[in-house]
Amino acid sequence: MNILTLFVVIPVLTVIAILFSKDMKQTRLISAIGMGIQLILAGILVYSYLGMRKAGITDEFLFYFDALWFKTLNIHYTIGVDGISVAMIALTSIVVFAGVFASWTVETLHKEFFISLIVLASGVFGFFISLDLFTMFLFYEIAVIPMYLLIGIWGSGPKEYSAMKLTLMLMAGSALLFVAILGIYFYSAPAGGQLTFNLLEIAKNKIPIEMQRFLFPFAFIGFGILGALFPFHTWSPDGHASAPTAVSMLHAGVLMKLGGYGAFRVALYLLPEAAHEQAWIFLILTGISVVYGAFGAIAQKDLKYINAYSSVSHCGLVLFALLMLNQAAMNGAIIQMISHGLMTALFFALIGMIYGRTHTRIVSEMGGLMKIMPFLGVCWVIAGMASLGLPGLSGFVAEMTIFIGSFQHTDTFHRFMTILATTSIVVTAVYILRVVGALLLGPVKNDHFLELEDAKWYERLSTVTLILSIAAIGIAPLWLSDMIGFSLAPMVDKINSVTASIAGIF
Amino acid sequence: MVFNDFLTMRHELILVCMILLVLIIDLCVSKANKTVMIPVAISLFLIHTIIGFLPAQSGVLFGGAYHSEPLTVLMKNILNIGVVIVLLQSAAWLQKEENREKISEFFMIMWATLTGMYFMISSGDFLMLYLGLELATIPMATLAAYVHHQTKSAEAGVKFILSSALSSGILLFGLSMIYGTCGSMYFDTIQTAYGNAPLQVLAFLFFFSGMAFKISLVPFHLWTADVYEGAPVNVTSYFSVISKGASAFILIIVLYTVFHSIAYLWKDVLYIISIITMVVGNLFALRQQNLKRFLAFSSIAQAGFLLLGLLGANEVGMTATIYFVLVYIFSNLGAFGVVSAIHAKTGKENISDYNGLYKTNPLLSLLMMLSMFSLAGIPPVAGFFGKFFLFTSAASAGYYWLVFIAVLNATISLYYYLMVVKAMFINKNDNPIPYFKSDAYTRVGLICAALGIFVIGFWSQIYEIITSLAFGVIK
Repeated sequence: MNILTLFVVIPVLTVIAILFSKDMKQTRLISAIGMGIQLILAGILVYSYLGMRKAGITDEFLFYFDALWFKTLNIHYTIGVDGISVAMIALTSIVVFAGVFASWTVETLHKEFFISLIVLASGVFGFFISLDLFTMFLFYEIAVIPMYLLIGIWGSGPKEYSAMKLTLMLMAGSALLFVAILGIYFYSAPAGGQLTFNLLEIAKNKIPIEMQRFLFPFAFIGFGILGALFPFHTWSPDGHASAPTAVSMLHAGVLMKLGGYGAFRVALYLLPEAAHEQAWIFLILTGISVVYGAFGAIAQKDLKYINAYSSVSHCGLVLFALLMLNQAAMNGAIIQMISHGLMTALFFALIGMIYGRTHTRIVSEMGGLMKIMPFLGVCWVIAGMASLGLPGLSGFVAEMTIFIGSFQHTDTFHRFMTILATTSIVVTAVYILRVVGALLLGPVKNDHFLELEDAKWYERLSTVTLILSIAAIGIAPLWLSDMIGFSLAPMVDKINSVTASIAGIF
Repeated sequence: MVFNDFLTMRHELILVCMILLVLIIDLCVSKANKTVMIPVAISLFLIHTIIGFLPAQSGVLFGGAYHSEPLTVLMKNILNIGVVIVLLQSAAWLQKEENREKISEFFMIMWATLTGMYFMISSGDFLMLYLGLELATIPMATLAAYVHHQTKSAEAGVKFILSSALSSGILLFGLSMIYGTCGSMYFDTIQTAYGNAPLQVLAFLFFFSGMAFKISLVPFHLWTADVYEGAPVNVTSYFSVISKGASAFILIIVLYTVFHSIAYLWKDVLYIISIITMVVGNLFALRQQNLKRFLAFSSIAQAGFLLLGLLGANEVGMTATIYFVLVYIFSNLGAFGVVSAIHAKTGKENISDYNGLYKTNPLLSLLMMLSMFSLAGIPPVAGFFGKFFLFTSAASAGYYWLVFIAVLNATISLYYYLMVVKAMFINKNDNPIPYFKSDAYTRVGLICAALGIFVIGFWSQIYEIITSLAFGVIK
């Protein structure tokens, strides 16, 4: 069996195993084992992928596998990975693994919780390995729908409202996406040719420009909703704040990346002319996401809301950088996806752990936690530093690459947008440092907090996994950057080659 | 006419024989043992269904008024599978004290309507189509009024017969104009002679309105909710699944063959009607508290989606439509199966009664959730594939905006489908429906529905079989 198919099969097997578990301890053990295997598998995948590249294999997609599914509509189960998807798969397996340990103590309906979580993960894995638009869309929806139950049942606060809002907004996004996919399908071959959903085949064909103009907004906004594109980001703060810890981790860490990844793979790659023409509109919107998200985070009092708005800002930056349409910025965008995925997962994990102890998420009610729980405190500081882009951690690499790439554009509009987006770095520093100060330093405001314990072993495992990954990218970014860059180069060439004549209106 | 020719209408003949057999066996059963009729009737129908799958001969009878070909056989088989599940799910309700007297009647009447649908599907002549339609409709009113001592049920029967009479009248008026302009009732003659003379256009509109009553398209849907609510649950599920499926089958055949010359016109009509139907169905479904009414409006919205398949006007369109009906049969029967199981035990049928159901009856809740997801078009269950192909069909004809409106409507529909899921899984309830064990029939019926929901989507072979028989609008 193809190693990539295993990424979907193992979650399914894990789910079946969970059905037979007797109590909560068994359930979580099975989940941990299943996702542990998944993590090891991701390691093997990265290793063998790099090995194959080193051996000089230059195919665009490795581990390619193709099986016919629906013959008349030419729907295939086509899978394959390039450097970008390998990186995303690695990210997903790390976050899911950490997520299982972060939800170690879920007691109510534990079976159902872990099943939904793992079904969600299998959808995400499936999405990243798919090269066929049909299966891609199928897995996308599989990833979205368990969210409703996860937030609705195990969430906190106005959970039913948030769950419904999130599901409906994401499904509306998939409605847009659906039109785009069908449009692309019916123009995927020259008149009379065999229509196809296969990304690689479609990319060889030039879709008529009128059709691209029509389809691009559908595709980009469709994925953009998941990537928190302003003004369609409103599901994100409510959804993240109400979701249980592991779900926030997975959702902000991985699911929002589906938006960026899909916008790149489908909207920009398959509809390049329209992308060049319309990029400016979406640059403005994503620019707003970046700055507005950062300011929004300052104004929040609840830890989860702070982090959710910060996610809007950071994920906005991903889309922003993608729309710059050059190699350096797009490379940065992919690294930013990985980096943000890891650090936001770390943040949400820490918030969950702190909330589990203090039973409040309001910043002003806490203080001096560093003395009480030094381990969690230090982790928080590390996550914060990564978030505001301290050199040596992943955030720096990503943002640096993005802004250098964006500034390579010589026209006023792109430079202005870049400068505008850079301001978010300062604002990020403000809200991160303010929270560190109010949360970890200063006097302890509540005497009950003095009796709280520091992190348990499973919590340590969860956070350490994430911190190690963040540091690894920060200290040695080149291997990741090379891996992504190698696969990105031909795609960027393709996006830019056909469009020398269209410069946009600026 | 020789004996061999009769075998062409094997489906109809065997079903009529089964009806007579039930009648005869019923005479031999003592009054105390009437429940014996349930296994007998179900196994008789099962035999009929299995025979239906044996290779059938194609041919034309009665000078072209009746024709049988692989496509019509397939449609009848799809209906048969649906009816088997409906019968299995009805068993628990039929065993109740007040229904024991008339168990056999239930089967006979239901099968009589099914025979009518067979004739509709196989008709090659408007007269045969009309006969089939009436045969399918009039006994149906008796089914709706089956629990005649309940006012609601009796009312449903009367409402149904009145609105059907009206729709039949409209349809007949259309048919008379068709005859007046073409001088024939045969499909073959009409399809070559049909043009776009004003009277012919008007004739088409009357015919379409009559059919729209049957499929309950807006604005001809007003009878649906009341009849669905008043009729017994199992009859409702028969209405919403089998009767609607059969009407959709016959509509697509007639549109693609007889009215092919005015395709540009009926496409416009379908375009507008589908939008109105989806929107109105969805908006009304949002506010329903009674599950039967809820499913009634949801089925109206689904009929709106169905029209998107017809709009494709090619093989993809016909395949998608038939495939969607198949998927819809299983998804809706999954939902109705749960509703009927719970109704038979507790008599409850409001959404709020389902609060906290997952704690007490997890399997039923899971099946209900899957059916809701399937109706909403969420993967990995079959509904996703059904909707995807329907919309693909509309997009193949270039109706991208319509597809967009439809998918948005699917999102709206997700809201109310999720409300049922929310009731079962999230809402708290101090006094939920207690745990109960359904009888064997119900369980088999539910398992069949669940299997269908899971398997049909992934099993691409089914889609290929339908494709191999489908055809587009004839040129």
